Amino acid sequence: MKQYANVITAYIIMIFLIIMVGIFQSWAIALTILNFCLISAVMTMGANIQWGYAGLINFGIMGYTALGGLAAVLISVPPVREAWQVGGLSMLLCLGIIVLIVFSVRYVLKNFQKSKRKNIYIASIIIAGLIILRIVSGPAIHSIEAVEPAKTGFLGGLGLPIIFSWIAGAFFAGGLAYIIGKIALGLRADYLAIATLLISEIVISVIKHEDWLARGVKNVIGLKRPVPYEVNLQSEQWFIDLVAKWNSGKLNLISGAEEKQAALSQFVIEGSSVFVKLCYSGLFIIVVAILLIVTQKALYSPWGRMMRAIRDNEEAANAMGKNVVKQHLLIFILGSAIVGIAGAMMVTHDGLFTPGSYRPMRYTFLIWVMVIIGGSGNNFGAVLGGFAVWFLWIEAAPIALFLINLFTSGLADTNAFKLHLIDSVPYFRFLMMGIGLLLIMRYRPKGILPEKINIK
Amino acid sequence: MDFVNATILLLNYIFVPALAYGSQLALGAIFVTLIYGILRFANFATGDMMSFGTMVAILFTWYFQSLGINLGVLPTALLAIPFAILFMIFYMLTIDKFVFSYYRMKKSPPVMLAMVSIGVMFVTQAVVRIIIGPFDRRFFDGERFILKANQFKEMTGLNEGLTIKSTQVLTIIITIIVVSILFWFLNQTKTGKSMRAYSDNEDLALLSGIDPKRVVMITWIIAGILATIGGVLYGLDKSFKPFTYFNNMLPIFAAAIVGGIGNPFGAFLGGYVIAFSEIFLTYAYKKFFMYVLPESMEPDSLLQLLSTDYKFAVSFSILVIVLLFRPSGIFKGKVL
Repeated sequence: MKQYANVITAYIIMIFLIIMVGIFQSWAIALTILNFCLISAVMTMGANIQWGYAGLINFGIMGYTALGGLAAVLISVPPVREAWQVGGLSMLLCLGIIVLIVFSVRYVLKNFQKSKRKNIYIASIIIAGLIILRIVSGPAIHSIEAVEPAKTGFLGGLGLPIIFSWIAGAFFAGGLAYIIGKIALGLRADYLAIATLLISEIVISVIKHEDWLARGVKNVIGLKRPVPYEVNLQSEQWFIDLVAKWNSGKLNLISGAEEKQAALSQFVIEGSSVFVKLCYSGLFIIVVAILLIVTQKALYSPWGRMMRAIRDNEEAANAMGKNVVKQHLLIFILGSAIVGIAGAMMVTHDGLFTPGSYRPMRYTFLIWVMVIIGGSGNNFGAVLGGFAVWFLWIEAAPIALFLINLFTSGLADTNAFKLHLIDSVPYFRFLMMGIGLLLIMRYRPKGILPEKINIK
Repeated sequence: MDFVNATILLLNYIFVPALAYGSQLALGAIFVTLIYGILRFANFATGDMMSFGTMVAILFTWYFQSLGINLGVLPTALLAIPFAILFMIFYMLTIDKFVFSYYRMKKSPPVMLAMVSIGVMFVTQAVVRIIIGPFDRRFFDGERFILKANQFKEMTGLNEGLTIKSTQVLTIIITIIVVSILFWFLNQTKTGKSMRAYSDNEDLALLSGIDPKRVVMITWIIAGILATIGGVLYGLDKSFKPFTYFNNMLPIFAAAIVGGIGNPFGAFLGGYVIAFSEIFLTYAYKKFFMYVLPESMEPDSLLQLLSTDYKFAVSFSILVIVLLFRPSGIFKGKVL
């Protein structure tokens, strides 16, 4: 028990902070922060598996998050029948062509000797394939995007419950990770970081600009929810009763029947949004708990020990007969798949998919700050890092405002310097993140909750 | 004379813009490659350091403008560059002293330093946004065009116009001057040679009595000069926006790696490789073929290989291909 004391203390402080937000700001804000903390925790667990367990740098987190979000759209949106009629067949044909290109390149790679001719074959297959793709897909894309461009203009999805997308998102991200891993895992650490960063940018630009897939920058809004809608809740009798019971103390203070009714309806409106957020929190906590149990088991299994051995000394592990390349690829896929789940969860929570909002600062570097601050190699640390950094990221503006007012209290309210500082309050979050990261890297390089290895 | 028209068309829309953009990338790429070659880490704060230098230059420009000082046809920012460079060198050396030197002394792995540079990136970005704000700013003054499309048409009697912005010419000239001085410095002077030796083999360089502190300091000074000039030239040509500068880090990295990271000459050419391929692949060639081909064969589509939305994706794809087939870059890397 004693060895977990600092873990428990850290989590209690975190929960206390969120409750404080609930009391001083509002419960809806506190729960939103909690939900995003949970999503960030899933992302950091993914990154932590790659960095903490295996020492792989993956700066492509943004790409996997976006793919998870894409999965949410493709699973939950009902199919657009008209679009499928005008262009569905051609798009399927394109998919076939891509598969054909991949297999023919593989065939050439396997069955030809290394020579100039081989390279020419591969290049000509790819170029010819791309030209055919352009010819087949061009008119189809045009006609798909012409179908009610203001509302649809894309192929739509499968129309399944959105919760399935969490699994599909994992598969999407894992698939991308397989391709990237095959290409880039042989590179040195910092090359791998740059390569993954750039590949994730390519993924984002494809999602942004292929409107037939998910409407691109026109965004998909109004995705279905796995939890009830506020409006429906507000007319349900059981919910009204529940709210009345919950707030009975406050309601009893009010005397007039009409005023009581008005107060109750106010409480119901507030309560419905809190209730919906609580439902999300419940779902997310289940995911986080499952992932924590699985990753924790994995870390202390023979497989986890092997991964640490590979991380700490690749050559030695290789000499012991461990397949380093294969294990690196495996862990790259697993970690990315977890990030994909988080991407799908985030789009589910927001109810909309906005490819334009995926930026490396928020979705790659911030997640890395979380991993480093939390403690790489320690799952509880990663989750805590997700919580703490996200909390700070959101609450940085109020904190900064408070500090600015404190330090410039001697200045007049119309002072240009003070006004300028107050205007730029939103950017203090970057400053806090950066200074936090630098301090942690300097004085506690293993993070708040460092990795613990019990040798039995 | 349709071939002349076609050539002018390509010159106007591909060659001149790509040359200017390539020069801006090249300066940044040399900056990245110097840091990588001598300090041995990938500096993720590149874009933000450039935006910091540009911000200082803008502030000086505004100050000069308020004093009524200007350079006539040339932009006032040119006058601000030396002051901005001084400020930037101070900034770079401060960062090195308080952040990077600790990890260098401890001989941390390069990955650690790259992570630290992310912290520097966050802080620099915050400072820039707090001081000047996240908005788009144009700070160009003076004469905008050297040659306007209409003037060119009148002069030559051709259908196609050629526009040359003064910023493009300035960019190219300044880049050539800066890069030649830099190469002269690296190849001819004793300090430059000691830097190359340090980059090539650290231990051997130390044994031959090269002072590592001095090498590192000079590297940061050169980096500060390159970052400021590259950033100001980009801002003059387009506009200054912190987010764009942060994003520019990506093609700059691509240029440095394509040219062979650690090799300044490679980085210089890498900048142009990236710029030209970005613009070549995303240009719509319809008009070009309308001039070149006889009327009966006129194309009806835009003849664009890739839509301009994929501009960034082009440079990254080149990078991925280079990494796959020639990881040391087109010109062999790690030789300064």
